[in-house]
Formats: sequence, C-alpha cells, structure tokens
Amino acid sequence: MKKTQLYILAFVVSAIGLSWAWYKWQVLQFPLSPREEVEVWSIEARLEFQGNGGPNKVRLQLPSRGSGEVPGFAVIDERLISRGYSEQMTKPKGAEGRQVEWVIRRASGRQVLYYRANVVRDTAEVVESGEPKLREPPELTEAQQAAIDTIFEGVKERSADIATFTREFVREFIGEDPSDEARSLLDGIVTSEDRAQFMARALAIRGIPARVLHGLSLGESKAFQTLQPFLQVHNGTTWVAINIDTAEEGLPENFFLWTRSPRDLLVVESDRRPKIEFSVQRNLADAVAIATRRTEVRSENLVKYSLMGLPVEMQSVYRILLTVPIGAFVMLILRNLIGIKTFGTFMPVLIALAFRETKLLSGVILFTLMVSLGLLARFYLERLRLLLVPRLTSVLILVILLMSLVSVIAHQLDIPVGLSIALFPMVIMTMTIERMSIAWDERGPGTAIKEGVGSMIVACIAYLAMTYPPLEHLVFVFPEILLVLLGITLLLGRYSGYRLMELFRFRALAREREAAMAKGAVVPPGGTGGNP
Amino acid sequence: MMNPFRIAQRLREIGLSGINQRNADYVLRYNPRKFYPRVDDKVLTKQLAIEHGLPVPELYAVVREEHEIEELHAKIKDRESFVAKPAHGSGGDGILVITGRRGAKYRRSNGHLMDQEDFEHHLSNTLSGLFSLGGQPDAVLVEYCVQFDPVFDHVSYKGVPDVRVIVFRGYPVMAMIRLPTRLSDGKANLHQGAIGVGIDIPTGLTRRGVWGNEPVKEHPDTEHSIIGLQIPRWEELLHIAARASEMSGLGYVGVDLVLDKNLGPLILELNARPGLSIQIANGNGLLHRLKKVEEIAVPATDPAERVAFSRENFPTV
Repeated sequence: MKKTQLYILAFVVSAIGLSWAWYKWQVLQFPLSPREEVEVWSIEARLEFQGNGGPNKVRLQLPSRGSGEVPGFAVIDERLISRGYSEQMTKPKGAEGRQVEWVIRRASGRQVLYYRANVVRDTAEVVESGEPKLREPPELTEAQQAAIDTIFEGVKERSADIATFTREFVREFIGEDPSDEARSLLDGIVTSEDRAQFMARALAIRGIPARVLHGLSLGESKAFQTLQPFLQVHNGTTWVAINIDTAEEGLPENFFLWTRSPRDLLVVESDRRPKIEFSVQRNLADAVAIATRRTEVRSENLVKYSLMGLPVEMQSVYRILLTVPIGAFVMLILRNLIGIKTFGTFMPVLIALAFRETKLLSGVILFTLMVSLGLLARFYLERLRLLLVPRLTSVLILVILLMSLVSVIAHQLDIPVGLSIALFPMVIMTMTIERMSIAWDERGPGTAIKEGVGSMIVACIAYLAMTYPPLEHLVFVFPEILLVLLGITLLLGRYSGYRLMELFRFRALAREREAAMAKGAVVPPGGTGGNP
Repeated sequence: MMNPFRIAQRLREIGLSGINQRNADYVLRYNPRKFYPRVDDKVLTKQLAIEHGLPVPELYAVVREEHEIEELHAKIKDRESFVAKPAHGSGGDGILVITGRRGAKYRRSNGHLMDQEDFEHHLSNTLSGLFSLGGQPDAVLVEYCVQFDPVFDHVSYKGVPDVRVIVFRGYPVMAMIRLPTRLSDGKANLHQGAIGVGIDIPTGLTRRGVWGNEPVKEHPDTEHSIIGLQIPRWEELLHIAARASEMSGLGYVGVDLVLDKNLGPLILELNARPGLSIQIANGNGLLHRLKKVEEIAVPATDPAERVAFSRENFPTV
C-alpha cells in the first residue's frame, strides 16, 4: 500500500519534472546542450526622404511584438535610430499592428532614419488576428467590369471554395500569357504592391474579405530588400495566404511578417516618395540567452521567477549549487547499490565541491598530502594529551599554515597547484583529517585508509559527474530535471536488494550452498531455517 | 569466481539479508525512532533493565563533567577491576577494561599499564564525544568488570567474549558468540578481528566459526577448537534476551550478553541496528527465520513460550 503510494509519488514527481523540461526544450526552445547556437536575424529598415525645412512627421508600420502575432518568429528586441526626432510607438485604434511616429520641429535636406530589430525563430501558437472585412471594390470602367465578370465566371467553374477560388483568380493574372481580360484589368498597375491591393479589392466584388500582408524572406544575409506583398483571404473560419506571383497557398518557410496593417507602410509629410530599404543580417548567438529573451517576450514572469531572473553573480553560485544533487545522487548509488564505505554521508560530495576550485589531479594530490600531514600532526598532538577541541583547533591552524606553505613552494616552482585554494576546501580538509584520525584510532588504520580511499573515489566520481559540462548545463537551464532525480531517489529509497560489495562479503556462503547443491544434498529453501 | 548474479541468487536462496533489506524491512518498520535512546544511552538501558529485574553489570559511577574525572579515582579506589565505557559508544569503541592495579597505575586487560594521566585523558576524550555518534558530548559509565566464565578461557585472547542474540518481535532468531583475538586487541568486535561463532539455538552448542570472511574451526591464538562448546545457562540467557527486547520497545534488536562466572548472563548493551556478520557465523541467512516470526499474528506474551518456539524452530547445523 505504502509502496504503491511511493511509486505514484515518484512517477508524478518525475513526470512533472520531465514535462516541464520538455516544454522548455520544445516550446521555449532552451537548448539541451551547452554552447549551442541559434540563428538571429538583424533586420534593418532604412528610411530616406527630403525635408522641406519645416516641421515634419514620419509614420512607419512596425512588426508586432505580441506572442504568436508573427508566425514562426519573435522580435526579441528593437531599436530606433533617429537623430533630432522625437519618437512615439503607438498601436493605432481599430487597426492592425503597431506603428512608430517620428516628429521634428525643423528638418531640411536629406533625412535618414533607421529601425532595427533582432528576430529569432519561435514556435508560439500563431494568433491570426483581425476581423474579416470587405475592402472597397475598385473603380472599374464598363469594359473592365465585363472583363472581371468573365474572369470570375471562369474561375468559379474551376473552384470549390474560397481558397481555391482565390488561387484560380490569382492564376489568371500570372503566367506567360495572361488573357485579354486580365491584361485590360492590369492596365496601369505596375508594381506587385499595386497588383496585390487591386486583387484584394476586386475580391470584394464577390463578397470575399481580403487583405494584403507585407513581409520579408529571412534566409542568408541580404541587403537592399523590399517588402513582399501577400494576399490573404478569409474563408469563413481562418485567413488563408496566397502568393500573388505563384498562386501558391500558405506563407513560405522563412517568411517574416512585417505588418498586416491596411495603412501605408511609410508616410512622410514632407516627401511624397520616401525611400525605404530593408537589409537582413544573419548571425549566430548563444542559444540560452536567446531562449531567455524569447521567453521574456512571451511572458515576463516566466523569466522573472526563474534562475535566469537572478543577478549574474547569484546565477553562477546556483550553477554550482545545482550540481550538488548530482553529486549526492552519485554518492547514493555508490553507497547503497555498490556499498563503498565513506566518511560521513555527504563528506565526499563536499570534497568533490572543493575539487572544483583545485581541479581533479592537483586536488587529489593536495588532499592526500594535506590529510597525511595533518594526520601526522594530529598523532603528535594526541601524544601531548590535548583535549579534543584544542586539538582540533591546532590541527586547523596547522592545516592552514601547511597549505600556505604548499602554495608558496608551488608558486616558486612554477607549479600552478594550490594557488586556486579558496576558503571552502580548507574547512573540508580539516574535517576530513579529524574524521580520519578518529577512524584511525578507533577502528584501526585498515578501516581508516579503506574509508579514506572510498571517500576519495566517491569524491572523484562525483566531481567528474558534477563538472561534466552537458550535465552542468542541463541542471542549470532545466532545474526541473532534478525532480526526475528526486523521483529516482525515492524509488531507490525502497531498494532492499543486495549491495555489490555484500555479494563479495558473503560470497563464501554462496559458494558453500553451490557446493552443497553440487553434491546433490537436497537443501530445502530456507536451508537450516527448518522450513520443510 | 562465480558471477554476481549467481551469488545473489544463492544468497537469496539461503535467505541472506543485506543492509538495505535489514534497514528497509526490519529496522525502519519495527524499530520506532522514539525508543532509540533506550538502547543508545547505556545509562538509560541500565536503569530500564534494573526496573525490569534484568541482570546487568553493577554500576559504580557515572562521569558527566570534566571535573568529575579526578574525583573518580577516589570513588573507585576499592574496586580492583572495572570497566569504563562511553554511554553513547557503538561497536565496542572507547571501552577501557581495567583488570588490576599496580601502585597508582591501572593495568589494562591487554596487560599494559596505564598511568593516571593517560586514564584521565581517555575519559576526557570520551566526554568530548570522541566515541559517540556524531561527536556529541558524552558521559562515561564505570561498572563491574565481568569475571567471565572459564568455559571460554581456552578460546579467547585477553578480553571478554560476548553473546549476541538477534531478537525479532520478542523471539530470539539467531545467536553467536564473539571471541576476542590478538588481532582484535581483546575486543569482541568482528570488524576488528574477533571470531564469530554461530550458536545452535535449540541446544546452545557452538556450530561453526568465522574469522574475517574465512570459516575457522580453532581459535587462531590458542589453537583450541571453537566448535561444539556448550554455552552455560543457555535457556536463561535466551530468556533474558527475549525480555530485554520487550523492555527496549524495539521489534528488531541485537542483545549483547556476557557470562559471568558467578552472576550468570548479564546484559551488556542493546543494538537497534545489529550487524549482518552473524549470518556468516551461522552459515545461514536471517530472512527465513524472520519470515517465520512475521507469520505469527500475535507474539506470545510469555517469554518462555517465545523461547520455546525459537528453540524448536531455529537450529544451526
């Protein structure tokens, strides 16, 4: 009964840990391994126009920053560069998207403004905002009216629903040889921007809500790009995007949606024909930092109430602290499953922590050296019949003196050993010396050395596990993994089988039974226990 | 060399209990934490035993403070021999056995002389907690030194052999006698090199010995056979063990007894986590016996009845 409860608890704890880690890995895209890099695109919009010497006002439509509003991507930060202008970000009422307004009292000559944004991939669920609305139908001549009716009739024949209808409609205007009707409709329409706007309005004649999106294709670095228009129609339930150049459905893979606002992209009061250019720079950046930024964009509290929200110095402390459970777990395995004898319960983990500051090899050498010297000193003090506490104090003083001596000598000999000793290992060393000397007195040198070597082995293995970079990274970025460790530990808490060392210790009994069985002596289970 | 899985299987067949199983299935389940002081504090154990009318070595003095050490010499000046032991010691650590005097000096059981200063230093170390679990400040008990039964004269080397009985739910399930050797420095601790000899519970005869991990038939120092010795007053000894476990409130307990020439069996100490070496000494696992006791729905209230059950059911060949 209690065991079932334990299994359930262990399972629940591990499941929580695993699923939270999975969420962070898959959805928030925190990397599983250290030093992983992700693509970051820096997009720069360069605005150029002529000032007329008087007050000026510039308005630019910007990408949304809300979670999921830019399908497939997230803007992690942005910057405006505009000397002399005052700027204001606004979210226009009743309209889609976001815009910035630059204002200046006096501006003349060539003016250049910049907007820069850093963009990363994001898998947040796409929010297709915007109520379907019919556009104003285009003004057409009688001939054009007849032409568009002919086209609509033909298209209707070949289509099943709104999406296919739109696709077929777009197809009429592309290709090598458009029909006469299409050519008459496109009279005076040159840019793809105008073509997209025309199509969106033309679809209103048939009662289809349509709009035009603008975006960029993010791939390799590329300068001097322009925004690419996309047609989007509402089929009654969702918005469907159609490429106006190929009539293909859906947005291309690397399409970064700049704006879906019906307003003009750029409006400058003083200049009717302002120039706008986009350049894309592709960089690689630390995946953890990017994932943190991306999460912050999504929900500030997710980061604020996580380890990433701590000051950097504290983070580095936790980076070490979070590996302690790994050491403790290694220790648990070695003690309860293997059966290695150590000093104290967590002493080896503390020694392993001390090794962090001295590195493994020099740590082991230093530790062995210091513990042996300390033991010698202690045995001498023992002969002087000092009381326990004064004796401990003397050992501590001696250890510190010895350590400083080792550091000085090592420095003079140009060996980097011992220079990295901090406060922490000192205390551990003194404690180890005391424990060891007690064991030496009490249970003989054999046991003391056995436990000392055992502690050292456990400390080395724990150190290797605790400093293994992928593991260190994993527990720091996904601390919830420790819940899985807790689950396993709970299960191991009920392990009542043999320890490996016990098999060795009791092997004579097993051999005896083996021999008895070989002789054919029928030994009932229970042996001499008397069970028939 | 047998492979580990085969060893594990054979050990499981003979019902050998490992540390993990002992802790999980017996110590944790049957020994309530609140009763631990009854066995960990030897002063308390002694008091309880006296209240229950169980025989223990007579207590001469208890030393709790540093300044009481000096007064001790006067208190025990009439005692030729005595034992000083830490109240919270474990595994026989820190026990000082004084068998005689020479002038102002004390003679230890191993024959060495110890001057007063050495003696005081040892007691002071004990008070500081050198021998107690976790280094807690401790007390020293000074008590009667057992005049052990001559039966063991030939099979022990300078020290007191003691009998360890594992008692489960009041039923003695396994027993062994621990014989000190030169290697163990007169201590009756298997880890330190004493010999463990399994005792057949129905008859009280020693059956087989183990020294370290090796089976032995003779005492390594005296060359006398350790097999087939009759433990004196065996029935009485089992009774005391069965009642001692009752008094401790612990379901799974190791009772250590000594046999005094004149006083018979005396309780030395109780142990809430008795070691597993007793299984090697008996050439048999504990589990089958423990299961048998677990099958008893309600343990008998009469110790005699429980001892009778054990003597019927738990032979060691």
